[in-house]
Amino acid sequence: MANENENIKIVENATCTFCGCVCDDMELHVDLNEKRITKAKNACVLGRAWFAEHTIEDAPAAMIDGEEVSVDEAIEEAAQTLVNAKFPITYGLSDTTCEAQRQAVAISDYIKGNIDTTTSVCHGPSGLAFQGVGESTSTLGEVKNRADLVIYWGGNPAESHPRHFGRYAVTPKGMFIPNGKKDRTVVLVDVRKTKSAPVADIFIKPFPGKDFEVLWALRALVKGSKLSSNIEEETGVPLETLSDLAERMKNCRFGVLFFGMGLTMTRGRHFNSGALLALATDLNEYTHFVAKPVRGHGNVTGADNVVSWQTGYPFGVNFSRGYPRFNPGEFTTVDTLSNGDADAALIIASDPASNFPKKAIDHLKNIPVITLDTKSTDTTKLSHVAFRTATYGINTTGTVYRMDDVPITLRSAFDSPFPDDETILTSIKKRVHELVLAKHYAGGASGEAKVAAINPL
Amino acid sequence: MADKMMLIPGRTSKQGTSLNKGKLKDEYKEVTSTLEMNKDDMDKMGLVDGDKVRMWNEIGETIVSCIGKKPEDLSAGLLFIPYGPPSSQLMASDTAGTGMPLSKHMMVEIEKVK
Repeated sequence: MANENENIKIVENATCTFCGCVCDDMELHVDLNEKRITKAKNACVLGRAWFAEHTIEDAPAAMIDGEEVSVDEAIEEAAQTLVNAKFPITYGLSDTTCEAQRQAVAISDYIKGNIDTTTSVCHGPSGLAFQGVGESTSTLGEVKNRADLVIYWGGNPAESHPRHFGRYAVTPKGMFIPNGKKDRTVVLVDVRKTKSAPVADIFIKPFPGKDFEVLWALRALVKGSKLSSNIEEETGVPLETLSDLAERMKNCRFGVLFFGMGLTMTRGRHFNSGALLALATDLNEYTHFVAKPVRGHGNVTGADNVVSWQTGYPFGVNFSRGYPRFNPGEFTTVDTLSNGDADAALIIASDPASNFPKKAIDHLKNIPVITLDTKSTDTTKLSHVAFRTATYGINTTGTVYRMDDVPITLRSAFDSPFPDDETILTSIKKRVHELVLAKHYAGGASGEAKVAAINPL
Repeated sequence: MADKMMLIPGRTSKQGTSLNKGKLKDEYKEVTSTLEMNKDDMDKMGLVDGDKVRMWNEIGETIVSCIGKKPEDLSAGLLFIPYGPPSSQLMASDTAGTGMPLSKHMMVEIEKVK
């Protein structure tokens, strides 16, 4: 409920969408005169910055080649650019609502383009591993209430997801964990001793790039196989440490493996994630064990869900043949850019010009780019068409998915003069549909193609 | 003589808070241009906190400043940097059919900028 008191509005149970924890217990104090959030009770250091820094900036709502234009003009130019491209790509989507994501999929379908999300450079390899190995899964609520062995592998939640420990997995008291952290054993596996290490009862530091070997050794130990003591020379982890961990995993009541980019962004990629998922599956012979990827952006999990629901695949989807095809390595954005395939790009709430490999960024500079973003970035700077949009969860409502696939409804704190992503994308979609229809009729399309073009998505 | 080391870009709290202020602002640029190094490696290379180092590989190069970390926290031969435009300069585009470039564990050569 929002209570108004002079110009300060309190928004209770608001949701922070900075990271995949999607904490929905925020109490926001909103200065309606200044149009800014002055206090975010319950937020972590990242959440406080998220709420404090998303104010209304003095900037044009739309620009073409750096010149201010009306939003309508920008929508027209964006639609024309996308429809006239031979290999248009859509990318980003992890920092916007599911409602906006759905519109982006529809645009990609109409223009027979390519759609991919930041998942491809995040837990994309884990997505491949899920398809190959399967996922023994749970919600974070089950972890809070039941997990007595919590293992973090290749991640540093103290800095990337600060409330993961306190709200979900380490310190909270649960139904079967009455004493909180005292009833849990926490293990951290990382090649660096990070700020997460003090939380762990056991810290294991393998050699870099040896996660797969360590995971496979644990699988062998769990199954009762004997290992040579030279495993330490190979992995940096003593056999006694591995044997102790394997026994703890087999003997816990409810174990969880949370895994991060340390597995997916290193040599081995999906094999690393797959080894971890297989280990979790093996452990269900002995006890209850689950594995969850720790997701970065506020609605990257929603992007996976929406793209899967709409196309059948989670990311890296191509519509050029009129139906969705999934092929990571070909239809994923680093590849469509680095290989020089893409000839136009629609980038939503993402900054590949800052974070992608140099070769991909170089290609992005040579094609028309359309961006929707709440702030100026390296990608908005190089854009042909740039929309400034409202911030989800601060200026808009909508749906996001927490990292454990639980959907959460957002509450708006104050209005923005900028349109939201869903509004812009819906307008682009409508105009794209008109242009596609006109193209089909002008080109003497077959009856089947006409019907496909007329049916609105 | 340059040393060959393994660079691990990743997230930090400061990177997270500064990106909310704006990725084109000085604070974000400074955070993503500060390299963490094993203190013993720095001593061997004659480096002190704040010195500039040049890192390069077959993809590109970048110049950043460095700060020391205790050897028990960051092993010899490892480098850590909050990911951002400088680390992207060194990232190969090959994804080995997965969509994911090797964004961590990038082998780089490193030398002091005199």
